[in-house]
Amino acid sequence: MSDIQMRQPHVPWWNEPKNRGFVYQSLLFIVLAFLIWSAVDNASTNMRARGIPTDFSFWNRTAGFDVNLTLIEFSAAASTYGQAFWVGLLNTLMVSVVSIIFATILGFGIGIARLSSNWIVAKLATAYVETLRNLPLLLQLLFWYNAVLKPLPGPRDSVSVPNISFVTPDIVPTIVCAFIGGVGYAATRYARTIGGVAVIVANAIGALLMLTAVAIWLSGVVRFSGKAGIYLNNRGLIFPEFVETADTWPFAIALVVGIVGSLAFRHWARGVQKETGDQMPVALVAMGLIFGLPLLTTLVFGAPFDLARPELRGFNFVGGTRILPEFAALMFGLSLYTASFIAEIVRAGILAVNKGQTEASSALGLTRAQGLKLVVVPQAMRVIIPPLTNQFLNLTKNSSLAVFIGYPDLVQVFAGTVLNQTGAAVQVIAITMAVYLVISLVTSFVMDIYNKRMALVER
Amino acid sequence: MSDQAIGSRIAYVRREAGPTRPAPIMTRGVFAWVRENLFSTPMSGVLTIGSLLFVLWVAPDTFRYLISDAVWQAPDGVACRAPGAGACWAFVAAKFEYFMYGSYPRGETWRVDVTLVLGLALILWLLIPRLPRKGMAAFAFFVVYPVVAFFLLRGLEGVLPIVETNLWGGVFVSLLVAAVGIVASLPLGVLLALGRRSQLPFVKFFCVVFIEFVRGVPLITVLFMANTMLPLFVPQEWTPDRLLRPLIGVSLFAAAYMAEVVRAGLQAMPKGQFEGAMALGLPYWKMMRLIILPQALTTVIPGIVNSFIALFKDTTLVAIVGIFDFLRTVETARLDPVWAGPTISTTGYVFAAIFYWVFCFAMSRYSQMLERKLAAGRRR
Amino acid sequence: MKRLVATFAIAAAGMIAAGSASAQSGKTLEQIKQRGFLICGTNPGLAGFGLPDSQGNWTGIDVDLCRGITAAIFNDPTKVKFVPMTAKDRFTALQSGEIDVLARNGTWTQSREADLGLLFAGVNYYDGQGFMVRKKLGVNSALELNGASVCVQQGTTTELNLADFFRSNNLKYEGIAFATSDEALKAYDSGRCDAYTTDASGLYAERVKLGAVDDHVVLPEVISKEPLGPAVRQGDAQWFNIVRWTHFAMINAEELGVTKANVDEKAKTNSPEIKRLLGSEGDFGKGLGLTPDWSYRIVKHVGNYGEVFEKNVGEGSRLKIRRGLNNLWTKGGIQYAPPIR
Repeated sequence: MSDIQMRQPHVPWWNEPKNRGFVYQSLLFIVLAFLIWSAVDNASTNMRARGIPTDFSFWNRTAGFDVNLTLIEFSAAASTYGQAFWVGLLNTLMVSVVSIIFATILGFGIGIARLSSNWIVAKLATAYVETLRNLPLLLQLLFWYNAVLKPLPGPRDSVSVPNISFVTPDIVPTIVCAFIGGVGYAATRYARTIGGVAVIVANAIGALLMLTAVAIWLSGVVRFSGKAGIYLNNRGLIFPEFVETADTWPFAIALVVGIVGSLAFRHWARGVQKETGDQMPVALVAMGLIFGLPLLTTLVFGAPFDLARPELRGFNFVGGTRILPEFAALMFGLSLYTASFIAEIVRAGILAVNKGQTEASSALGLTRAQGLKLVVVPQAMRVIIPPLTNQFLNLTKNSSLAVFIGYPDLVQVFAGTVLNQTGAAVQVIAITMAVYLVISLVTSFVMDIYNKRMALVER
Repeated sequence: MSDQAIGSRIAYVRREAGPTRPAPIMTRGVFAWVRENLFSTPMSGVLTIGSLLFVLWVAPDTFRYLISDAVWQAPDGVACRAPGAGACWAFVAAKFEYFMYGSYPRGETWRVDVTLVLGLALILWLLIPRLPRKGMAAFAFFVVYPVVAFFLLRGLEGVLPIVETNLWGGVFVSLLVAAVGIVASLPLGVLLALGRRSQLPFVKFFCVVFIEFVRGVPLITVLFMANTMLPLFVPQEWTPDRLLRPLIGVSLFAAAYMAEVVRAGLQAMPKGQFEGAMALGLPYWKMMRLIILPQALTTVIPGIVNSFIALFKDTTLVAIVGIFDFLRTVETARLDPVWAGPTISTTGYVFAAIFYWVFCFAMSRYSQMLERKLAAGRRR
Repeated sequence: MKRLVATFAIAAAGMIAAGSASAQSGKTLEQIKQRGFLICGTNPGLAGFGLPDSQGNWTGIDVDLCRGITAAIFNDPTKVKFVPMTAKDRFTALQSGEIDVLARNGTWTQSREADLGLLFAGVNYYDGQGFMVRKKLGVNSALELNGASVCVQQGTTTELNLADFFRSNNLKYEGIAFATSDEALKAYDSGRCDAYTTDASGLYAERVKLGAVDDHVVLPEVISKEPLGPAVRQGDAQWFNIVRWTHFAMINAEELGVTKANVDEKAKTNSPEIKRLLGSEGDFGKGLGLTPDWSYRIVKHVGNYGEVFEKNVGEGSRLKIRRGLNNLWTKGGIQYAPPIR
């Protein structure tokens, strides 16, 4: 049977996959090397001819310009271009982190709202998503900055937030309100047992009664008087600064104790749940510890902070803390835009969880909210996290649009002002790009670890 | 107990079905729908009423501002500056040509129109699944059209007067940037995706580095680079055109994203397709061209459309390097002292928003339609 | 694929303007004559200096200077192509030969001549950085701006001067920097800033954009020296002289009372100075590579310096800038031109 031989087909050497691969790669290498070499050669000739600096000596030179939002010490006289870089980078990170937090909260809310059984809520959420994600982010930023900022009054006619104080509720109105609310609630419960047009009427009346009861009760309890030291104008939102006093320490200690205590309680509660299946009111206890304990210290020791209230002096408010309109516009734009994408990711993630899981959780007697929290969302998270990471990175990269509305982020301060002042275009742009790359890599890395922890433990 | 024992105690047995009665009113029609969807729980009821109140609070003011109180006709901004006046549509009407063509010479704008109509016709030919001869359409769109469009828009010595690119602007430039981005990024993206999945280590390395690098940095920095560094990288006597620079930047940027879309399509291909093609003895490029890419690209058309939407929204950023895209013309027009007034900004933005929204929403609907269609084809 | 690449190569080649920097004396003029028109880099839109209307007709004193040069060469002020330049690319474009002359309200500084290889041919507008505020603030001096918010264009010397000024006067301020002057002006207009700062000429020009001109005042302080003028590449002395003497011819014409309207009449007078200026005595164009009547052509087609000033930025324009420093040296200003002889 040996007349059937495996004959090696004759392949010319240049068609040998190995050799061909080698040739292709060398070709690509040569072309790339040539392109890079000629680019570098041209660049060095051109830069020399045009007097453009080619080194990094600008880094330690005095900047000579001011930045209006700095997290670190910075002054035109003493600071260097290198410090300007850090100022820009920190501003980029600050606006990105704050926006990511808001976008995630809002995105989850809207994603879940889109799946709500309430038709009108689901439709409003859909409208939100379809509107915001189909408009360029830059347009939204410009809108927030130019169309929302503009109508705000100048510092001299600032909108002032009045002091809000709470008075002990009178007993009679409280009872009346509780009664009204109770009737409303009863009406909606009753509506489930009847038929006809009465359903709608009873439901609508019930809901209105409940809302009214809450509104009336609040109006009896909340008092507005004087000025709280919070002002809104076209220079931003200005509010009092907290100043440390002698009584700050007990407050801070109470806060720490509260946080540690609630963490410990959560740990204990989990143990109990594992043992017995009983659920402890973790959220309630944690709230009590975190808010209650510090509140208690203020009752004993008095106010833990002094408020440094802003005052109108000359052109602007002096003192207090200020949220710049540029920051606010950028944060609104980034959060609202990214939330529309996160909402879609969350929705897809929840839909990806098998319907049987929801049904099983109802069968176990969990409410819809409990089922969502304990069964559906933990499983959905596995689907959600990878694209969510992508959105976080997109948001960080999109924060570079700050340059269009004058927020001093990395691109505005470093790739804008520093580049123009020093003329060191190649170095500055290379550093800027490297920073974003590092942010991307670090974020991917961190989310990867989280992702691994959330991943299904396969048996 | 036996059956007989039961049977003997039955006094009445119904022989035929009773008259059918309608379902309880609560389980059908409008009421059921309302109860199910608006008032299923007290909480839901509160949400419904709250949402309705919100809509009732916002809608009338919006309507007044955009429609009934709006200034529809005016020779200048005086009427729009009146207190209580709504959106200033007269401003949009007056600036309409500027929004469309930028500073393109008014007598020559027909050239832009012809280019746009031609492009639109070709795109429709490509995108509407029922029309035949897609290959020819692709050739016309990707090869013939760019050349024709280039000479039509820029002009040809002696035939059509030259229009310098610094006069180009408006919607036309937005579409141009997006179109060039997509036309250039598609072939580049396919090559990069193939390279990323290649067996050749150096090719793979290069493609991975390029794709991850570009995807890791913001478009603005790519545009900066194209604008300030490109002229440094070429011999001194070449000065790349000011519009060409961002076009190159946008194309490279879009190519990296396109590569990832195409890669998803390649990864979704069953292994049998590759093995079948190899068993037939097809060399690499033939296998890709005849077997793999046609299938892989078809499955990712929705993805391609989605990245086109993203690209279209991103074209607004070219303003940073001094290109007068649509949004930038709106920004410029806002400053015209003849029109300047409190409502002009909002009017301009609303107009821009309508334009971008209609465009992007239509495309996303198209992509969803296609997705359903493709899914239906693959379902067994 | 290949075809696509070829297409792009064609398109790219078409879009690349091939110009080469010349380094020999006289070459620029030769090139311009051969080409048939002058290429002049201008501001993309600064009223009074370089501004195209919607038909593409340019106006401004920088633009008129280029027209003057063209008139001297071709006896036709229309043979010029204006190329709008951003602040960032203007010098590169001049160095690379994309443009022949840069008349774009550029500040004459030491480093621009020593490091960038440029030559400034003269000063056609003496400028300085100033502040504009809303009139209703009641501010009369920049020294009263303590604590104010100031809008500024980023990456310019303006931004540095601003920091210097407030620092040296021990004043506090909040500077908000924007990528373009348009954005900075918009922010000022919306009330985000109390003051807007740029070159004083720019302030007057931008004020026109704000509609109600009288609601804004330009403060008297000038916090920097900004001599604005046309620039050329180094290495072509003849071309440099043409640009420089076009400017001087316009100033001399004003000093001698020669205007666009009376130039023909004045040519017949006996004044030797006027005769030399208008080319009826001696041949002063030869050394420049031009005809003897080169400056007659400038005045005839464009006018003298005073006329150009009045028409574009002075009381006759929307900008309403007083002559001030830009008046002739005989009238209290510092515009002074060496004699033609």
